[in-house]
Amino acid sequence: MSRPVAKDARNLALILLFMPFALWILLLIVLPHIGMFVLSLKEKVAPRVYEYGFDNYINFAQEPIYWNTLLRTGTVSLLVTFLALLIGFPVAYYIAKIAGKRTKGALFLLCLIPLWVSDLIRAFGWILLLRETGVISSALQASGIINTPIEMLYNDATVVMGLVYTVVLFMIVPLVSTLDGMNDEMIEAGYNLGGNGFTVLRRIIIPYAMPGIVAGCIVVFMLSAGSYLTPILLGGKNSSWFTEQIYDQFISRYNWESGAAFGFVLLLFTSIVVWLGLKLSGQTLSSTVAKS
Amino acid sequence: MNTSNTVSDLACSQISKCFGSVQAVDSVSFDIPPGSFFSILGPSGCGKTTLMRMIAGFESPDNGDIHIKGSSVLRIPPNRRNVKMVFQHLALFPMMNVYDNIAYGLRCNGSSRSDINKKVHEVLERIALPDVANREIHQLSGGQKQRIAIARCMVLDPDVLLLDEPLGALDLKLREAMKIELKLLQHQFNTTFVYITHDQSEALVMSDHVAVMNEGRFEQIGTPQNLYHHPKSAFVAGFVGDSNQWSGKVIERTSESITVACGAGFDAQSFATDMTSAGIGDHASVYVRPEHIQVELANTDPTVRVNTVNSIVGHIDSLLFNGANSRVLVRDQLGELIEADITLTGSHDDPKPGDAVTLSWAPARSLCF
Amino acid sequence: MGQSIQQPFLRQSYRLYMVLFFIFLAAPLIAAGLFAFNDSLFPVLPWRGFTLDWFFNDTEPKLGMFHDRRLLRGLYYSFIIACFVSMLSVFVGTCNAFLFVRHDFPAKNFFYILMVLPLVIPGVILGISILAMASNIANSVEKSMGIDLELLRPGIFLVVLGQFSFITTITSLIITARLKKFDDTMEEAAFNLGASKTHVLRTITLPFLRPAMIAGGIVAFLVSFENFNTTLFLVGSEAPLTITMYDRMVKVGSTPVLNAVSFFLMLGSALLALISVLVQRDTKT
Repeated sequence: MSRPVAKDARNLALILLFMPFALWILLLIVLPHIGMFVLSLKEKVAPRVYEYGFDNYINFAQEPIYWNTLLRTGTVSLLVTFLALLIGFPVAYYIAKIAGKRTKGALFLLCLIPLWVSDLIRAFGWILLLRETGVISSALQASGIINTPIEMLYNDATVVMGLVYTVVLFMIVPLVSTLDGMNDEMIEAGYNLGGNGFTVLRRIIIPYAMPGIVAGCIVVFMLSAGSYLTPILLGGKNSSWFTEQIYDQFISRYNWESGAAFGFVLLLFTSIVVWLGLKLSGQTLSSTVAKS
Repeated sequence: MNTSNTVSDLACSQISKCFGSVQAVDSVSFDIPPGSFFSILGPSGCGKTTLMRMIAGFESPDNGDIHIKGSSVLRIPPNRRNVKMVFQHLALFPMMNVYDNIAYGLRCNGSSRSDINKKVHEVLERIALPDVANREIHQLSGGQKQRIAIARCMVLDPDVLLLDEPLGALDLKLREAMKIELKLLQHQFNTTFVYITHDQSEALVMSDHVAVMNEGRFEQIGTPQNLYHHPKSAFVAGFVGDSNQWSGKVIERTSESITVACGAGFDAQSFATDMTSAGIGDHASVYVRPEHIQVELANTDPTVRVNTVNSIVGHIDSLLFNGANSRVLVRDQLGELIEADITLTGSHDDPKPGDAVTLSWAPARSLCF
Repeated sequence: MGQSIQQPFLRQSYRLYMVLFFIFLAAPLIAAGLFAFNDSLFPVLPWRGFTLDWFFNDTEPKLGMFHDRRLLRGLYYSFIIACFVSMLSVFVGTCNAFLFVRHDFPAKNFFYILMVLPLVIPGVILGISILAMASNIANSVEKSMGIDLELLRPGIFLVVLGQFSFITTITSLIITARLKKFDDTMEEAAFNLGASKTHVLRTITLPFLRPAMIAGGIVAFLVSFENFNTTLFLVGSEAPLTITMYDRMVKVGSTPVLNAVSFFLMLGSALLALISVLVQRDTKT
């Protein structure tokens, strides 16, 4: 079917299929981000008078509260990523390799169900459990372990726990699908050739699962750093999360230029962290997240 | 194989196809008389699938012409050619049941509802599966799927049915049964079947004519018997059936025989002189089929026996018992293995590994290229 | 399977770990859902008896969710937005699947990464970038032509665009995965049986993709319904449910009516998820 007509038809199909993709990526992703960058370079010198410059970024750099918040967001997100991997890996391994055929599907579904529930409801649930008048506090009082109600909300540990809860599923899902593709015989061969549990895990399972691990870590880190509801609701108004600063600039202070700069800083910062992670693990974006 | 005045169902003349620098099909010509079972036999990568895809219209040849029932089809798109195809993995549509699969082509050509109903049930009757119309594809056995795939094509009454190694995915036992069944179906429908395979036994058992294909070319076209007993090239001799092969230098050539001094330390004489033009001193290959080799237990002292023309001495290395098709592997004095057919009766005088034997064959039974 | 862990103690601890993990997963959802049935003005212990008032009661102070006009309106807007988003994203996702599976073009890998990218861009940033661009366009149009483009001001249209921008990645990935499993000879077979190109698409390829399209649509619907981060910046006066709930939570504090809404949403999500699982299971056999 290499006749010219067929070739033309194929090219036409390619162009027609490319159109929606191009419109979507160009109009909703690329142009808005360029626009945001341009906006972040604008600076209000008088009402309705703007100048271009890096003042918004300089402002950011000169105000320790801002970059402290950013660093805090980054480190806490890294901690969340690490904890999610630590907690999620055994769960994914159990689902992919240990559970029987039937339990496997059911457990995987159980993992997915919270995914379909809004962040808001999940955070709301934690509030009901952890606050001073919450379920755990009252239960502990009723059982006589404590005398006065305790407040478990509004501290860093709770924020970390809430974030891990929100994102751990995004770690488990890619891990299950990579581990699922791993032949059981490979693990058995590892034992058969004299490896113990630890060496099999370190030399066979983890290297094999690396693309899944990195994909999970990238998604989890980005979700955590970009999350808004969980840190605010569980950490209180002063949880110092960077997205809160962006919201503050945009909505409360109506300073879009500086908000755009903040957004760009967050994007740049998370991209650098992800890039470093890819370099350190020897993976690429197309071997992990962009792999289907 | 020109059948004089009847128009052949399928005729290809000088068709060629290149993929980049690879010559997949190289000026192939053939002519298939109506109602016959024609196989194209060749190793994988020999271009047989490309040839079939050109006949079906999924590829177009660079050169040459394809005629179906006497008229060229090169300008006809694949969905308008009356050539139907059974795919290697059958390509039955899993989202439709058996009835809809068979009715698919009829609906495409706009047949009426009652017509479709009648034809589908007729064809199901003919493939001896009258009750499966409402089954889903995944409920069928391997052999049933095979027959449905054929019925789906035959219901459209094609001029030619192409089959692309459809037995490849079946297990051995079913494959044997389906070979016979396919032959019967072909008889019953009386349509020309063009069957592609790399399995020589499939081709030999089922076909009226077989074309042996290698590196994009047809090496030989003929009846199965013809190919087996009178191969026209070394490739055909080696590919169709089993053969022992030796090569060496021609030491004598007369009008009715040719003698080759084989590297294995014996001389081989052959009466088949028409396939090679090798003169004295030239290289030549000798082929002898295992069933043409006589095995005799040597009762004299093996050290004094020597090889003579068409005769080798050696020791039995191992017996390959397979009922009536049992074979013996003999190691000659240079350590090479030779295969020969024997009858193992299970009695005490059966040869045993280690026995000294003499192998011999008639010059008329060996081929030289 | 499971032969790698022989010691019973380890095996039992591993099981216990799994049980604890799932309790951890379920705890806040149970808490959020259960208090919808507590006959009390606040979602706190002790349990004061079972009631359905927070769903169906029509008077204050225990105004049930089905009589709360603002919540109902939020539900309605969420529904409208989710419908548009899932239809659009399934359409574009299907086009993307064909584009990336069936065609070869320069820099394909780069474009594929571009396609996946929206999934990892923080939702907040997607929200503000689209808001900034839309306002920019609206402002320039207003300045130069004197027309106020209402469409590009925060509102349902922008919310749909914002959610569509990253949900399309999800539907694209789901549908692409399915199209990759398609056996190309099936199209050739249909073609060989006499079907035209569009007929093959309609009767063979699209029916094969249908389960993935339905599943993708359901996922898109649910993700749209629960989205908060992107929506927050793009929302106008027609606030969808999550925004309404958040407002209520921050301004009024938690009342059991929010539990009722949570329960209702969880039930709906579970049902939809179940449908998507059933649709996909149907095709595996």
